[in-house]
Order: sequence, then structure tokens, then C-alpha cells
Amino acid sequence: MTTLDLQTIGLREVNTTLQSAELNRYTITNPMGGHAIACGLQGNLDVTIEGHAGFYCAGMNKDATVTVQGHVGVGVAENMMSGTVRVTGNASQSAGATAHGGLLIIEGDASSRCGISMKGVDIVVGGSVGHMSGFMAQAGNLVICGDAGEALGDSIYEANIYVRGSVESLGADCEEKTMDAEHLDALSKLLKSANMDADAGSFKRYGSARTLYNFHPDNAGDY
Amino acid sequence: MKTKPQTTPRYSATFDEYTLSEIRRAASTGIYDIRGGGAKRKLPHFDDLLFLGASMSRYPLEGYREQCGTDVTLGDRHASKPLKLDIPITIAGMSFGSLSGQAKEALGRGANAAGTSTTTGDGGMTPEEREHSALLVYQYLPSRYGMNPDDLRKADAIEIVVGQGAKPGGGGMLMGQKISDRVASMRTLPKGIDQRSACRHPDWTGPDDLEIKILELREITNWEKPIFIKVGGARPYYDTALAIKAGADVIVVDGMQGGTAATQDVFIEHVGQPTLACIRPAVQALQDMDMHRKVQLIVSGGIRNGADVAKALALGADAVSIGTAALIALGDNHPQYEDDYQKLGSTAGAYDDWHEGQDPAGITTQDPTLSARLNPEMAGRRLANYLKVMTLEAQTIARACGKSHVHNLEPEDLVALTVEASAMAQVPLSGTSWIPGQN
Repeated sequence: MTTLDLQTIGLREVNTTLQSAELNRYTITNPMGGHAIACGLQGNLDVTIEGHAGFYCAGMNKDATVTVQGHVGVGVAENMMSGTVRVTGNASQSAGATAHGGLLIIEGDASSRCGISMKGVDIVVGGSVGHMSGFMAQAGNLVICGDAGEALGDSIYEANIYVRGSVESLGADCEEKTMDAEHLDALSKLLKSANMDADAGSFKRYGSARTLYNFHPDNAGDY
Repeated sequence: MKTKPQTTPRYSATFDEYTLSEIRRAASTGIYDIRGGGAKRKLPHFDDLLFLGASMSRYPLEGYREQCGTDVTLGDRHASKPLKLDIPITIAGMSFGSLSGQAKEALGRGANAAGTSTTTGDGGMTPEEREHSALLVYQYLPSRYGMNPDDLRKADAIEIVVGQGAKPGGGGMLMGQKISDRVASMRTLPKGIDQRSACRHPDWTGPDDLEIKILELREITNWEKPIFIKVGGARPYYDTALAIKAGADVIVVDGMQGGTAATQDVFIEHVGQPTLACIRPAVQALQDMDMHRKVQLIVSGGIRNGADVAKALALGADAVSIGTAALIALGDNHPQYEDDYQKLGSTAGAYDDWHEGQDPAGITTQDPTLSARLNPEMAGRRLANYLKVMTLEAQTIARACGKSHVHNLEPEDLVALTVEASAMAQVPLSGTSWIPGQN
């Protein structure tokens, strides 16, 4: 275990060390809400951030496992390709934005636009999510153990959204879908991977009605 | 025989032939017109400016004998590996998807031969594109289609797209006809859907956030890559000032003549400002922040020849970027395909239904048969020739003005032919010392 004190060595040194490391365990101390911590990692390293992080924590992560023991700012794990990012607290808006793969776990709540334009990532939120979550979500799974704010899944493509609690409203072209055995199985595995104590059978599934995939003037009022 | 005198039938200037046809088209279809390209209406432009040349008080350089430099370095404000170009003309962002693979390859080949860069577009970087472009700028767009950190690290520069001149405030559009298996796969979208790219970035709002986003991009790429910010010609003074504040190394200002792969005609013709109107406010912002020539300015939108290049540089730009002109050099809208254009209800020189994927020239299409019409090597050579001619033309003008480098051209070398151009370019009306709004 190597300890990197952010306030002592600075962001550039922390990220340079992590980006060039392989098969190591690191702890970052005194993050103090700093931005772009542990971004651009590539390799099977295990990083723990002891405290709160700012914008774009673990952005574009590839293969690494990053754990934030605290809250995170905007765009945690944005455009993640693979690996695992876990946040023990809450996340600000646009968590997991455009992420292509990997697993993002937020044990607390996530603010608005969680999973916006997600492209294959799996996101599991222990609490609730804000408005416009899953906006233009293309692929992957967004699991919400709490409630969802308004306009959930607006303009969604082929992603799945699972919600255990209430949904304030659905966005354009998003509808409730049947929960088939394959979905129950996939959701159960996701919940287990995220260490979330929740019964897959208590969730509802939402996805695209696919009515807006090709523009038609009769649908203009739905946009 | 006596006949009652009659006036000849008179068409309305307001309801002209094109307007009537558009009303009929809208009434028939119920949907707005979508097309490619930039503004087609007559706008104040570089043609409304003239160079003065040398005279009693200005000393010319000898053409063909005395050197006139054309090189430019982009992005040395923060990046450890700035982009060094032989000529001040770059190739603008155009995606694989909107263009065929052959067209993208040809752009790379032409740019390589001329010593300049080309740029990716919505949908990410293809391996072929990277292979054929010695200097490649990677666009970072709101959709983030195909965006991945490996390609980011392979790029020579990163261009954060906030907007483009054809549609400031609008997102991308790629109609289902062009969403082939490969395009769909690159963009993680179902095949055949009408793809609408987001108009706002998903994880930042405003220049304060953008400053942090740029920090992240620099951290991921080891502070090597120049960061460009591209804006449409909307509020060039404030957009430039805010881009500088956000940490840009290079600012790209794209006027309304700048092309797009597809968007609504009403957007192209009625939103944004002409390129000529954008340059001086952008330069003023750079000067006010003591960043002129420290943060580079690239101007695009309707650049056609070396005179346009020289005029843009004289007004304070460091380089220009071409898109539509580059496609024409490759073979777009060539008269040899007139019969095919006629079958599509158009004519060579006016064809702009690029979104339909039926381009007879094989450039704005994903159809394998049509794409095969374009020979990338020959098309690349045509582009290289065209870039060479533009550069020689700009040098010719610069030498006539007594400049040993095209960057030494200045507003004092110019006059305007119209009051509008004089006000926009802030150079005197020809034959006077009058600049509207200044004296």
C-alpha cells in the first residue's frame, strides 16, 4: 500500500503516479474535494480516496478499482471504459455520464442526470436519483434502489433502467417494460456485484418505447 | 386593332421563386427542410475587402525570390507538444459517418502532403483516419460518441466543440440512411435510426465547469495536447474571452457560412453571424486579455482561396480552417456527375442533401458503391494541390504588402468596399478614412 498525500505532492504527481502504475494498491489522503483525482487510470490497480472528491473523479477509468470514502462532485467516472468505481457517499450531477463500461456504485444518492448518455456502463445507486436521469441513455443498466426524479429516461435508447421506489415522471419515449426472467437474473447479479441488499423482484424496469427513433412530424409535440 | 396596355407579370421580391417552392414543400410534407452545407444567402464576406498593396510608403517583397513564411504553431500556451503546421490552413472537423471512409482518408492524405492537420468529428476516431493523418485533432463533442481515452491520447490536439457556425446552439444530426452497421457500432446506437446528437455537453455547464473539464483532459493526456475550443459565430467577443478564461490554448470561431453534415435550413440561414463579423470581436477579446498571438485564433466559415486566408490573417487570425472547400477539392458537386444530381432533383454545384447518403461523388455517403467512386489517393492529391494554391496566393498578397510572413499582414493593409464590411472588419471604407462606429 502506497499513500499519496494530495495536499503535499499535488494533483499532477498523484495522477502521474497512478497512471503509470500497475498491480498496486494506493491510498490518496487529503483529497479536500479536489478535481480530476485519479482520472485516466489504466491498469488493475486499486485506489482508495480517503475523503471527498470534486469534479470528474475517476474520469475515463479503464480497468482500475477506485473507492471514494466520501462524496463526489460532478461527473464521477464520466466516460468510464471498464473497472469499478465505488462512492460511499452521495454523487453530484452527471454521475457516470457517457460511460461505456465497468461498474459505478453510489451507495448514497445521485443528483440530476445520473447516467446521462451512458453507453454500456452499469450504474447502481443505493439511494435516489435526481431529474433527467438516464437522459439519452444508449446502453447499459441504471439501477436505482430508491426513487427517481422527474423525466426519467427521457429520449432513452437501448439502456435498461430499474427502479425500486417511485418515479416522479417518465421522460419522452420512456415506458415501463416487462420484467422477464433474464432481466431479473441480470439485475440480481448487478445488485450482488454492488453489495446492495435489495430484492430484484421489487424493482420495475423502464426502457425505450422506440417511437421517436425516426423523426416523424406527427411526433413533433413529444420532443 | 386597339389593345388595352398591360404591365408585364411581376414576381414578388419577398415571395421569390425559392420562397414559393419552400412554402409548397412545407405544405406538402409537414416537416422542415434538412440539408448540409452552410448559409447560402448573400452575406458580407471577404470579397468585400481589398488589400492596398505596397506604395510610396510601403515596400514590397520580391515575388518568387524573397521569403514569405507561412508556418504556424498552435497551442503553446499550456501544451508541451503544440501543433506545428507548415501552412495556416487546417482541415475542419468532419465525421466518419457523415463522410465516407474514402473521403476521410483523402482528407488525411491531402493534409499530410500540405503539412497541416485534419480533424475528426462526431462518432470518434477510426484507425484508418489516424493512420492517414500525420496530424490529427480529436473532437470532443457533447454526444461523446466513440469517445475513449486511448484515442484521446493518440490525438495531436483536442478540440472541445461548444458549437459550430452552421448551427450555434444545435446538436448533430445523422439520418438513418447513413447509420450503417459500422457507424451504428461506433456510436452505440441501433442501425437505421435518425441519430440526434446532444447540443449540450453532458457533464459541464458554463465556463467555470469547462475550466475543470479542461484540467481533467490535460491530466489524462499528460499536459501534452493543445486544447482547442470551437464556438459558432454567436457572441464572438464574450465567447472568446470565456474560452481564454476556461484555459483554451486555441480558439476556433466558425461563422455562419461554415458547413454542417445536416441540420434544418432555417437554422443554417437564420442563426449565427457571418464569419467577417466574428473576427474583429474575437481578436479584440484576445487583445483585451493580453492573449493575442499567445492563444491562437482559427477562423472558419466560407474560406475559399488565398485571398480569404490573407484577409482573415490580416484581421488578426492565426490560421483558418476549411471544410466545404476541402470537400469540393475532393470532388464534391463535380459536374461530371450532373446526370446523377439531376436524378436527385438537384444540380452540380447546388447539391446539399448530404444527409440522405446518396452523394453521387461518393463523399457524403456510407453507400459502398457510391463511396468506391472516390479514389482517396487522387482526391488527396487534389486537396494538396488546392492547399498549395491557397498558400501561394496568400504569400503573393503578403509579399505585395511587404510582409515576410503571412502573420505580418494587418488591418492597416485593408479597405472595405461596402459600409457593412467596413463596420464589421473595422477597416476604412475604400476611398475614405471612415470606419463606421469609430470616427
